Amino acid sequence: MSPWLIGFTVFIVYPMVSSLYFSFTHYDLLSSPVPIGLENYRFMFTQDPVFWQAIRNTIFIIAVGVPLRIVFAIITATMLTWPRRGIKVYRTIFFLPAMAPPVAAALAFVYVFNPSFGPVNHLLNLLGMKNPPTWFYSPGASKWALVFLGLWGIGDAMIIFLAGLLDVPRQLYEAADIEGATAPKKFRFVTLPMITPVIFFSLVIGTIGGFQYFTQAYTAAIAVGGQRSDLGTPQNSLMFYSVYLYKQGFNYFRMGYASAMAWVLFIITMICTLIMIKTSKRWVHYQGGMFR
Amino acid sequence: MHRSVPAAVSASQIVPRPEPAATRHHRLLNSFIDHTLLISVSAVLLAPFVFVVATSFMTGAQARTASLWPRPFQPSNYSEVFTTISLVRYTWNTLQIAVLSTIGVLISSIPVAYALSRMRWRGRQTAFVLVLGTLMLPLQVTIVPLYIVFVRLGWIDHLTPLIVPAFFGDAFSIFLLRQFFMTIPEEMSDAARVDGGSEWQIMTRVIVPLAKPAIAAVALFSFLYSWNDLFGPLLFVGNNPHLYTLAIGLTEFTQRYGTAWELMMAASALIMLPVIVLFFLAQKVFIEGVTLTGVKG
Repeated sequence: MSPWLIGFTVFIVYPMVSSLYFSFTHYDLLSSPVPIGLENYRFMFTQDPVFWQAIRNTIFIIAVGVPLRIVFAIITATMLTWPRRGIKVYRTIFFLPAMAPPVAAALAFVYVFNPSFGPVNHLLNLLGMKNPPTWFYSPGASKWALVFLGLWGIGDAMIIFLAGLLDVPRQLYEAADIEGATAPKKFRFVTLPMITPVIFFSLVIGTIGGFQYFTQAYTAAIAVGGQRSDLGTPQNSLMFYSVYLYKQGFNYFRMGYASAMAWVLFIITMICTLIMIKTSKRWVHYQGGMFR
Repeated sequence: MHRSVPAAVSASQIVPRPEPAATRHHRLLNSFIDHTLLISVSAVLLAPFVFVVATSFMTGAQARTASLWPRPFQPSNYSEVFTTISLVRYTWNTLQIAVLSTIGVLISSIPVAYALSRMRWRGRQTAFVLVLGTLMLPLQVTIVPLYIVFVRLGWIDHLTPLIVPAFFGDAFSIFLLRQFFMTIPEEMSDAARVDGGSEWQIMTRVIVPLAKPAIAAVALFSFLYSWNDLFGPLLFVGNNPHLYTLAIGLTEFTQRYGTAWELMMAASALIMLPVIVLFFLAQKVFIEGVTLTGVKG
């Protein structure tokens, strides 16, 4: 245990305490931290429009991306339970995009969704769409392109749902068949309740991950803007919470402000997680306990 | 584990009745529809890979058109990638980080997971809750002070900040291993204890061999994390092109005007390739590992 205890102290406890302290200071790394009380927090909430933009962007990617990923994961996992033959081949293909390194995947999507020569808009033109979205080049559509990138890499979520689906006792479906239940009814009253633990797990992990969404947003923005400083391009539409924190801390070296943002992030994450855990008792059905 | 109810009559005892032609047709039609849908989704999911590879063989001019197939076929893009960015050096840097931190994660996390699952001691439950809490803690909360510590140690623009922390245990790996160790029957350890084995011997000779699938999954996840990570390298070696990792190196292709898409796609393909080969080699480990994180948690 002791190396872990040292690690826990050095890499967790000490940084937590000192980042809380820094959050009440002005600290630019060059001179020592100057205590300024709640100034960072006051500025963040009342005078920093980009902070609020980052909050809105992050809420979008969580509120749209996480549920869509869950729905798509359930659909793909369900499809994998259909065939008698070829399931391994399909499973491999469905999972494969999740293996693509995120930087490479994001760059690929910036190319594929390019408004003038990408295949996606080429296809949309062929289908008769007059003015298809310009995706990564428009503030209104850039986040949607990232949502699609998230759906492409559905594999990890899908595998967990697949395991959940295969874990549903057969007898429940047989009983439903005897009652004469239709397929949608079977899904609604047998499958769905049985996979609520997986849905809950995906919601929590997805929300925590959403607040820390960085690599794909960073890569897409600088691929479109062309320079490392082009974070959030176009027009801050890809300025997510963690990207903005990175910008404040490691482009501007405002360590105090970045620490304050980190603590606000931590508190928001905890509140969201607690709300989900509290409300989960109403809709999540566990067979046996959580810690089997 | 929920499928254990034995059927009253085993399948071999049922005499199959010949299937009526109508049902058979119906079944064939359904199966046809199933496979059509599965193939369509497969095609959509594979398409981006195809576009990346196709573009990687195009000329620069053709990459900026809507055409889908390279003409002329220009495989020299792949050799040009190596001269445009220092791909070999980036690969070497990335490999160093990935291999060393994977070793670090394994030798530090296995004993902790062992202590949390197979030894009884005061405070064990508290320690486990702390590990779970660490899992929830956003990286951003600790990163600023850690960055400052690494600045003071003179470790910025070195690979050390990307490797050393792994040797002090990783919460996710500890959690995953602990969950797996819990499933190994206690009698296995008891037998070794009767023979006078120390805890260390029980761990290395009994538990570790039994937990190979989980250990393999942890090693793979840790390796992939380092291979894919952008945030860490950006912070610690982002200003030293000598120490760039592949993830940072790829972003070097982005230019304000005139991004060389064909080279960028060739480099992307090269970076995807090892990971995809790794996936094919160790698919079972991956899928069991992902399942372990999600279902037994």
